[in-house]
Amino acid sequence: MKLSTSDAYTIERPASLAVDRTALLELYYFMVLNRKLEERLGVLYRQNQVVGGLYSSLGQEACSVGSAYALERGDFLAPMIRNLGSLLVRGVRPIDIMAQYCARAISPTQGKDLNVHFGSVENGIIAPISVVGALIPVMAGVALEMKMHDKPQVALTYIGDGGTSTTDFHEGINFAAVHKLPLILIIENNQYAYSTPARLQFAVTDLIDRAVGYGCYGEIVDGNNVLAVLDVVRRARARCVAGDGPVMIEAKTFRRKGHAEHDDAGYVPRELLAAWEKKDPIDAYLRWLFANNVAESEQEIAGINTDITAILEAAADEVLAAPFPDPSIARENVYG
Amino acid sequence: MADRQTLSAHKARFAHVPDDKTKLEMLHYMKLVREIEDRIERKLYRQGRIVGGVYVGRGQEAISVGTAIHMLQDDVVAPSHRDMGVFLMRGISPRRIIAQYMGRSTGLTRGRDGNMHMGDMNHNVIAFVSHLGDNVPVAAGVALAFVQRGQKNVALCYNGEGATSRGDWHEGLNFAAVHKLPVVFFINNNAYAYSTPLELQMAIPDVAMRAPGYGMPGEIVDGNDIVAVYDSAKRAIDLARSGGGPSLVEYKTFRMTGHSAHDDAGYVPPELFEEWKLKDPIVRFEKELVAEGVLTTARIDEMQRECEKIIDDAVEWGEQQPFPAAEEVTRDVYYEG
Amino acid sequence: MPVTTYIDAIKDGIWEEMEKDNRVFILGEDVGQYGGAFKVTKGMLDRFGPKRVIDTPISESAIVGAAIGAALVGMRPVAEMQFIDFISCGFDQIVNFAAKCRYRWGAGVPIVVRGPCGGGVHGGPFHSQNVESYFFNVPGLKIVCPSTAYDAKGLIKAAIRDPDPVLYFEHKYLYRRIKEDLPTEDFVVPIGKAALRRAGEDISIITYGAMVYKALEAAEELAKEGCEVEVLDLRSILPLDEEAILATAKKTSKVIVLHEATLTGGPGGEVVARIAEKAFEFLDGPIVRIAPPDTPVPYSPTLEEAFLPQTRDIVAAARKLAAY
Repeated sequence: MKLSTSDAYTIERPASLAVDRTALLELYYFMVLNRKLEERLGVLYRQNQVVGGLYSSLGQEACSVGSAYALERGDFLAPMIRNLGSLLVRGVRPIDIMAQYCARAISPTQGKDLNVHFGSVENGIIAPISVVGALIPVMAGVALEMKMHDKPQVALTYIGDGGTSTTDFHEGINFAAVHKLPLILIIENNQYAYSTPARLQFAVTDLIDRAVGYGCYGEIVDGNNVLAVLDVVRRARARCVAGDGPVMIEAKTFRRKGHAEHDDAGYVPRELLAAWEKKDPIDAYLRWLFANNVAESEQEIAGINTDITAILEAAADEVLAAPFPDPSIARENVYG
Repeated sequence: MADRQTLSAHKARFAHVPDDKTKLEMLHYMKLVREIEDRIERKLYRQGRIVGGVYVGRGQEAISVGTAIHMLQDDVVAPSHRDMGVFLMRGISPRRIIAQYMGRSTGLTRGRDGNMHMGDMNHNVIAFVSHLGDNVPVAAGVALAFVQRGQKNVALCYNGEGATSRGDWHEGLNFAAVHKLPVVFFINNNAYAYSTPLELQMAIPDVAMRAPGYGMPGEIVDGNDIVAVYDSAKRAIDLARSGGGPSLVEYKTFRMTGHSAHDDAGYVPPELFEEWKLKDPIVRFEKELVAEGVLTTARIDEMQRECEKIIDDAVEWGEQQPFPAAEEVTRDVYYEG
Repeated sequence: MPVTTYIDAIKDGIWEEMEKDNRVFILGEDVGQYGGAFKVTKGMLDRFGPKRVIDTPISESAIVGAAIGAALVGMRPVAEMQFIDFISCGFDQIVNFAAKCRYRWGAGVPIVVRGPCGGGVHGGPFHSQNVESYFFNVPGLKIVCPSTAYDAKGLIKAAIRDPDPVLYFEHKYLYRRIKEDLPTEDFVVPIGKAALRRAGEDISIITYGAMVYKALEAAEELAKEGCEVEVLDLRSILPLDEEAILATAKKTSKVIVLHEATLTGGPGGEVVARIAEKAFEFLDGPIVRIAPPDTPVPYSPTLEEAFLPQTRDIVAAARKLAAY
């Protein structure tokens, strides 16, 4: 692990953020788990073990991890394709995600749907579909129930910069605003929707400018600073629980790989990619941990990394040994 | 009460003030809109001489008239259901509109669709659909074609504030903004969408607050002041025509009727009707014109009688029109050459 | 004659129309700079420029709606749905605007809405659907499903030239697997006409899309047993080529209807109903439908394999019908 160079991107802990050492190390753990899991999936992909496409959140781990970490028991989460880290924070195991990607019978959907398209109402996770934006009205509905029953909970979901162009984005957030629902919507502005750059997706610089048009509170956050993300979502949560209505957060970040593994993203200017590589959220956080005497030693950090690698290897072994689903289940559970 | 001083101050506020000829033209159309809609809603409908429902824009006449007055021949308009002025000003005859409401084969849709669900591309009027907001991407598409062909024309798109909650509205505005299309979005904010008041439609007081979020200019205008409508519309249309892209103009007004003829709007506090009656756009404009010396009360009465005559003729003609023949039902689903 | 893949046939068809007719243009997500998710529009931005190859936001309603508007004023838009599964996001514009303008107020809407349909590629529930049934019951729309490179090219041209809205569903499984020699001169495949892929006396298989190839495989196997199968490729789902459907039913008297859209409410039911209504006396056995079960398209290969009709399923059904 190399530490800082003088012109490195540095992050700060927001003054409003109170967080203990255990939590600070957990944030590191989950971001590394996010990244290494996706790397391990990449290996499986190149070995033709992944069925279908592989999507990465490289460079966006702080967004997924920091936001999910702010949630409490009873809150609901709905991830999008690049929020694998949020699922890990919520207790989903790496083996679950690997099994999903490898279409095995042991996956949470028993092979019926792919990648992160799974959920569990008991665990407060709503499964996404491929149509972006669709989760927003759905999570507004989840938030509606919370409000109806005076539950001090929130519903959190994400949308990409591209997804803000959709019907469901508009109708979902407007509805939540009118009814003052406890919905947190994180716009992960990673600047590309497949090959479509931001300037072809919308005619503003900051999508948060739309918050005022819905009458809801909005804030911009540095999506590569896990502490800032954690802070903004915690404060958003407090607002929601106090009954102030939905909160829109725009996390500025960057999609460092293509839309999916097959896409080499040749349309992204090299300099732009290079600039954002220097703002790697995990590297920056590690520097912060050392600079603020949270990380006690290189051995401690190395130990975390080694543990993660071991978990992932064991998971990969188990997944590759698992059977594919039996065709007899294909017709099950269309109806109740 | 309008007087010369107020009017001067009034004029000073606006970049574009219509000349007297235009003022009289606009008054005529507002009165014609009021007359045809009153005749349809208060007389014909109640006498059972209309097929289906009736939707009028009473109290909102300044909006369709003050905007459509700026249209060039090859501009295209996508009106909503309370924009009768658009149809009349595009040269669609009251006769055919009455026939339309009566479901006759010489109505604008030959009996295929009812009331304001009418259009005619020979007059560059796009027929709206009941799915409000659907006309927004369509209007954007028209503007797109203008750009592709290098035409200096604009598309005008009308919607109520309720329609702005729909996803198509959002997608259409965003698309128009990204591609800087020559389309103007007019919002008739008449405070009610059927029985839904504004505060249940959106958590903001003004639709125009959304404009910056799309990256387009937005403006809030008194929709019952035809000169204000005229001025704001001209600026927005000129902006679009000159390549400056789309804009959103929100006209504040009030729906002086129920949602439709069968709705008594019992859910609207009566004080609101009282308050807005005093702001009637036609009465207000007439008073201004009289105070300016452009019009006399005698002439106003004369204009009223002229409108009544036009509509009398249209009703008489409409009632003589045949209903469509049963065999026609399968015609023109597809192109028939 | 150049050997052309199914996907290039689509591209060439659109390209040629765009060369000939300035009114034709493309809009959709990632179609310009990226050339489309499957590269159908590769190279077109460079050739035709950004006014005719438009990269849109993620807005299927706006994509279809804008296509409608442009068409109303005389353009000929070809709207791409990145995966045909997303057509549901533009459903309202298609069925309530595009489909009904001519009937209601005499305004034609000459748009094409096209996109990749079908499974067999581990796409899961949202990247594998066959959506023709959603629109089959909407008068005013036309629906085509080419199975060959020749038809892909001929039908995209027909669709672009058609004065009414055409939904063009290209099967993604066929994109690069099908290669044919295509004529260099301009040709069009008429909408509403089926094509006989294989003549036979004993059993008719009426089908379309990727299933045509499974039907032909089954026919080869059955030929070894002395059973000669006739394969009719519908090509157009709306309107159906009723004449061809009835002709083949009357010829063989034993009919299998096969499609990749799920069974209940699939277009096969309509085909069966017409044969039963108009060729009943000619039948020597019940009409058989083969289609996936009524479930979403599953993802894992073992499940998807069980879901999709396989050659062996067709052979088994044909043997049973032959013995009836």
